[in-house]
Parts: sequence; structure tokens; C-alpha cells
Amino acid sequence: MTIGLTHYLVVGAIMFTLGVAGIILNRKNIIVILMSVELILLSVNINFVAFSKELGDLTGQVFALYVLTVAAAEAAIGLAILVAFYRNRGTIAVEDINSLKG
Amino acid sequence: MVLLTELFQHFLPETILSVGVFVLLIIGAWRGERGFGLVDEMTVGLLGLAILSIVLSTKPDMAMLNGAFMDDGFSRFMKVLALIGAMASVIMSVDYLQRTGLEKFEYPLLIILSTLGMMLLISADNLISLYLGLELMSLALYVLAAFAREDGYASEAGLKYFVLGALSSGMMLYGSSLLYGFAGTVSFSGIAQAVAGSTSLGVVFGLVFLLAGLAFKMSAAPFHMWTPDVYQGAPTPVTAFFASAAKMAAVAITARVVMTAFPGATQQWRQIIVFLAIASTLLGSFAAIGQTNIKRLMAYSSIGHMGFALIGLAAANESGLRGVALYLAVYLVMTLGSFAAILSMRVDGKAVEDISDLAGLSRTNGLMAFFLAMLMFSLAGIPPLAGFFAKYYVLLAAVDAGLYPLAIIGVLASAVAAFYYLRVVKVMYFDDPAPEFDAAPFALRAILAISTIALLVFWVYPTPVMDAASAAAKSLL
Repeated sequence: MTIGLTHYLVVGAIMFTLGVAGIILNRKNIIVILMSVELILLSVNINFVAFSKELGDLTGQVFALYVLTVAAAEAAIGLAILVAFYRNRGTIAVEDINSLKG
Repeated sequence: MVLLTELFQHFLPETILSVGVFVLLIIGAWRGERGFGLVDEMTVGLLGLAILSIVLSTKPDMAMLNGAFMDDGFSRFMKVLALIGAMASVIMSVDYLQRTGLEKFEYPLLIILSTLGMMLLISADNLISLYLGLELMSLALYVLAAFAREDGYASEAGLKYFVLGALSSGMMLYGSSLLYGFAGTVSFSGIAQAVAGSTSLGVVFGLVFLLAGLAFKMSAAPFHMWTPDVYQGAPTPVTAFFASAAKMAAVAITARVVMTAFPGATQQWRQIIVFLAIASTLLGSFAAIGQTNIKRLMAYSSIGHMGFALIGLAAANESGLRGVALYLAVYLVMTLGSFAAILSMRVDGKAVEDISDLAGLSRTNGLMAFFLAMLMFSLAGIPPLAGFFAKYYVLLAAVDAGLYPLAIIGVLASAVAAFYYLRVVKVMYFDDPAPEFDAAPFALRAILAISTIALLVFWVYPTPVMDAASAAAKSLL
């Protein structure tokens, strides 16, 4: 069996779904949410690189490099906000993020 | 071959902000804690300079950098709006920041960086620059939301905004990857060519994900759930910035994407936009009824207003786009005025933000009550204030495009929304007085007065704004 574009797209779709499910279903820990976000971005990168190879066009790989860069910045900012939150509340459980509602 | 000098002229506003932010960063780092006042004043100057460079520009429309960046009438109009929102937010924030011990020079710098992101986003002409502009804007906004580090509410708001914002960026990116794969290009005009004949399922999937991600950023229902929490938890001047400038950029790029990349798939994207518009207008009017916190009220109000802007976009023609541009301009003025009033709500030096704190304002501070009442009438869309004309033009465009059910739902939702705006007026004029507010600083009073007067003057002399909106709409088609 040869591995073609479809296989990569299916892997990307599964990773994307897992990432979204991890954000929505997770009730325990915000760190897991940050990991899910990374999973989503990596699934996108798989898509981009697979399409880039298939189309014979480098733009997709350039896009993937940009996504990697931004993902690093995003993770840094997310963790910084998480530290600020932990200092104020002493917890990082998802179910404790509930003081703003209505 | 485009000469470097010509490129530079089209990039002038962005260049001013990006060079300026480095200079200010060095000044801030050098002067440390004492740097806030100077950096803040220079920020206002820098944003003003950027506005001037756009208004005075006589350059023809041009796509640059291999179609990554588009300088056209629409982008100039929206950039001016975003810059005005940013400038007013910075001016309004000084007093608040000094009273809450947040007068750090990073604050104006983050506003500039975020505004720079908005300008790149508004001008984005392919999927890569769209993503990078969006992230530059959002990353700065996440930090701003959590800027009050010692405040549990603010860091919770920042965390919520970050998680949902990152999810929406991920969805938008997944859509971009599908569009790239099935259209074979990232440029909007290239996608338009690929979509022109027949629309493949992959492209439709990509379009849905892309629009879902953008709907998150402009807080259109059903992707609105972060809005009330973040608006309430974030420091009030930051909320003003979210509600004004950030919305301009999000709606502008949505309009650009659907109009320039998907003119061949109008039937497909119109269904999505119509759904978003109906959900947002209805949610904005019904969910706000039970609110007691005025910042939460403004959050639901902004969701409803985004729904109205999308009604104009759903018309997908020139008059619809003109309606969107005009709606955003009027919404910007109304929002800035309302937040100037909210920032003026202080009793004994402590910020209050319940609607009941406004009770009897007509007797304790008649002028502020009058201005705020005018703003509420305008938000409700009562003639002859500008809010009425804004709604009139988008609804007219929807009727012209044959979208009768959408227009009818818009009118009904606007009638429901009038209830809670008028309740604020009723509380101010007919309830027993609550404790008197402290005297507001000059900047807040000036912004409140200017925005109210602008809304009244629009009725008498709408020509400049109408002409600019028409020109903006023409350039996008």
C-alpha cells in the first residue's frame, strides 16, 4: 500500500478532532488545553505540508513554518497568562474558572 | 517592478507604527517605571500620525508583495476607524490606569502592536498575511485582557480569551489549509478563480472553518461565548479597545474574504453569514435583557450590532458593503462614547459598573445623563440619531437583495433591544438618585461629548462619512 495524500489528510483530520475534543471535553487541567491547541496547529501543519507536496508548490511549506513560529509565541503567552491566573487563584483546574458568568 | 520608495509610501501608516513601537520600547526600557506618561503621549501622537498619513494619501489602489498586502479604499477606510478606536482607547485609559496602579509603559506598546496587527489584517490579501495579521492582533489582545496581573477577574478573562481565541485561530487555520489544498493557492484572487466554475466540497469545508474562526474574532453568535466574560473581567479601557478597534478589523477582513475570494460561491457563504446575522441579532437582544452589569450589557449589545453589520454583508452588493462600512463607523463612535461614560462611573474613587449605579443621574449630573441617554437612543436605533441611519442602510440593502426574512428579523430584534437601552435611560431619569459620581477627567468628558455631538451632526450633515463609505464599498468589488 502506498501512502498518498488521503492518508495524510485523514491523520490531520483525526488530530484536529482530537485537539478540539480535548479543549471541549477536558474538565481537569488547563495545561491539557494548551497541549490540545498545539495538537490542532500541528494537524494543520500536516495538512499544509501534504498539500504542498501534492501540488508541487512551496507556499504550503512556507505557511507551515509561519504556523510553527506563531505557535511558539502563542504557547509562551498562554503559559504566561496561566502563571498569572495561578498566582491569583492557586489552581489551574478548568472547573474553577467560573467566577465570571451570567 | 515596484520601486522601494513607492512601496514605502503605500506602507507608510504601518511603517510609522512599527518603527515607532521600537523607539517607544527603547524609551520605555530606558526610563523604566517613570516612562508611562511620555510613552503614552507619544503613542497618541503616533496613532494620530498614522491616521493623517492615511487620510492625506493620494496613492492609487495597489496590491503589493506578491499579493500579500492590499492598499485600497476599503482598507484605508477601515484602518482609519481602527486607528481612531485605538487612539480614543489610549486617551481614555490614562486616568483608569493611574488609579489602578497599572501605569506601565507596556500598555500603550501592546495597543500599538495590536493596532498594527489590525492594519495588516485589514489589508491582508492572502491567507498567510491574514493569519499573521490576525495573530499579531490577537496575541497582543490576550496580554491586554490579563494586563491587571493582580486581579483575579482580569487573569481569568485573559485565560478564557486565550483558550477560545487559540481554538478559533486553529479552526481558521484548518480552513485555510483546506482552501490551500483544494484551490491550489493562498491568494484571494487565485481562490476566486479556482472557485469560479464549480465549488468542490473541500473548498466549502474550508470556507466554513475559515468563517467560523473569523466569527469568533468578531464575536458573532454562536461563537460569542467568550465576549461577556472577557468584557466584564478585562480592565475597562481594554474592553473599550476590544469593543471598538478589534471589531473593525474582524468585520473588515470577513468582508474582504467573502467578497474578493468567494464571489463565485455567494450562495454558499451567504447561508453562513445569514445564519450568523440572525443568531447574533437575536442573542444580542434577548440575552442582554437580564443583565445588571453595564460592561456585560455592552458585550451583548456589541454581539447584536455585529449581527446588524453582517446583515449588510449578506446582501453581497455595493449598497450592502456601504451599509457595513457606515454601520461600523457609527458603531465605533457609539461604543467609544458609551465606554467614556462607563469609565466616568466612579464613586469615592472606586469604579462602579452596575446599571443601578446610574440611577437618578439626571439630577446628580444632568449633562452626562443627557449624553449617555443620546448614546443609548442611538444604540437602540431611534431617529434622528446616527444609529438609526446605520440600521436603515443595512436593512435597505438586505431588502434590495431580496433577503426579506433577514430584514424582518433584524427589525424585530432591534425593537427588543430597544427595551434594555431605554431601561438605562429610565434608570437615569426616573429612579431615585444613587451616590453621586466623582468629577470625570477632561479626556473622558471630551470623548463623551464629541461622540454624542458626532451622532447628532450626522443627521444634518452625513455627506463626508457617506461618501467615504461609498468609496470604500466600491473599491472592494
